[in-house]
Amino acid sequence: MGHRIYLYPKWIRLWHIVNALMFLILIATGLSMQYTNASGWLLQELGANPAEKTETTTFLMSFATAISWHNIAALIVTLGFLVFFTGNVITRNSRNYIPRKKFFIKNMMIQLRFYAFGIFKGENHPFPINKDRKFNPLQQASYIFAMYIAMPLVILSGIGMFFPELVPTQMFGVSGLMINGLIHIISGYTLSMFMIIHIYTCTLGAKPTTLYKGMITGYHEVH
Amino acid sequence: MNLHKILKFILMLMVVLISQVGASWGSPKDKEPENNILQDSLAQNFPYYEDNEICFSCHNDGLYEYENENTGQRLRRLMHPNERVSRNKFYSSVHQNFSCTDCHSYEYTSFPHPGELLFESYPQCIDCHGGDESFAQYKFEEIQAEYELSVHFELEHEGFSCYKCHNPHEYDPSMRKGENIREAISYANGICLSCHADYDQYHLLTNHEEINIVSRHDWLPNEALHFQNVRCIECHTQISDSILVAHHLLPYEDAVRNCVECHSQNSRLMGTLYKFQAREQRKGGFFNAIILNESYVIGANRNMVLNILSVLILMGILGIITLHVIIRIRSLKS
Repeated sequence: MGHRIYLYPKWIRLWHIVNALMFLILIATGLSMQYTNASGWLLQELGANPAEKTETTTFLMSFATAISWHNIAALIVTLGFLVFFTGNVITRNSRNYIPRKKFFIKNMMIQLRFYAFGIFKGENHPFPINKDRKFNPLQQASYIFAMYIAMPLVILSGIGMFFPELVPTQMFGVSGLMINGLIHIISGYTLSMFMIIHIYTCTLGAKPTTLYKGMITGYHEVH
Repeated sequence: MNLHKILKFILMLMVVLISQVGASWGSPKDKEPENNILQDSLAQNFPYYEDNEICFSCHNDGLYEYENENTGQRLRRLMHPNERVSRNKFYSSVHQNFSCTDCHSYEYTSFPHPGELLFESYPQCIDCHGGDESFAQYKFEEIQAEYELSVHFELEHEGFSCYKCHNPHEYDPSMRKGENIREAISYANGICLSCHADYDQYHLLTNHEEINIVSRHDWLPNEALHFQNVRCIECHTQISDSILVAHHLLPYEDAVRNCVECHSQNSRLMGTLYKFQAREQRKGGFFNAIILNESYVIGANRNMVLNILSVLILMGILGIITLHVIIRIRSLKS
């Protein structure tokens, strides 16, 4: 029987669960806005009068509902990010996001090899969780990317979509709003993919539920 | 000290004198040659410039003078704004080569104008433009047919006509030029708002209650942005296949309230606002690419390459995860 380490303080657990739930809303509402169509679109493709399209093929929900929920969830995620960022500045949690430069790439490869092969052979985790190492090198790299590159991009471009007057009219010869929109969609999509991978890799602890329990109770079971 | 004061006084006097001389150099007299050059170029470019000047001398400035025959007194009066015609706008409009008396009675050349001219009827657009091969491309007959179906036509007996929206003295086919879409939007919306946001004007033709345009449209997310980037007629007309600007104005309850009509792959905007520019439907893999030149419409601007790539990446990730799960289960069993 192993022992328990207190790894996730309350504020991180609260931020994490709120962020996760809001992200689910953002993904669903974002997809809805991007892919809702007027039902006549196929007929129109075939040459019908565009004026004939009267009904809407909603994707998951109505466009208006999607906008409202997307805006609310985005506001909560943005405030959450500020809490996360401030928390990292004023607590020691930030040290988990500072990569050890030495052998960083090599260690990432070791972790990748473990996920690809070692895990099936019952090998031990190459970088087991302890009080000084909350994340393995692969986790660390992906979390740095998600929290310090993709999140600021999606939030800033989201602010740009909410307040379009802040966005330059023209950038690189095309509409600034278009570039801002593309950044928002690409960074949002990247974070959505991160979330899917994150949810799965969190089943790769000693038991499939170990890491989930840790994020609920705050304690990581060391086996 | 006294010498210093005297020198200071002389210096101030010089400054005042120089500024007076400078002011006289820049007096309006100096601008006269400039105005003359402008008028000369107008005279050269437009065949009826000199004839029209008789009218513009009062109607451009908004002031007129006449002599009271009984008292011999000369009176100066302000012209009603509806009777004013901007010379500059007229010579930038589609009717710039016209003489005023092409449309108005020749009797207007006498002043004061005869009173009975108040009841003069004016030709409508279709009266000159209809059935003429040289105007066939503009499809005035279809415009007239759409207008006759519109809510505005119902007000004809109250005095509504083409001119309520299209000032023949200033009409500029901004959408057809397709140069600056923002300016064209502002110009087009200005036409609607000149009545619908001005109850004094609106009340001349109808007894309907006053409309508060802003609160009536407050259901629109980013309301101000919609007002700046689309024309009122995008939602308030029946889309027309053949004519550039739809003229079938719908009753307000039939206006588009469905966001997806514009925010979708087959955006309504491509059949309305961007119709003139929409020759290139898909540019660089973008649907409705033409909108990208000016704006970004959520749901309308999709990129084929990104769509396919995003699905492939998602499938790849889900495939790897599924494979990983299967191998994990098998390895656990073994």
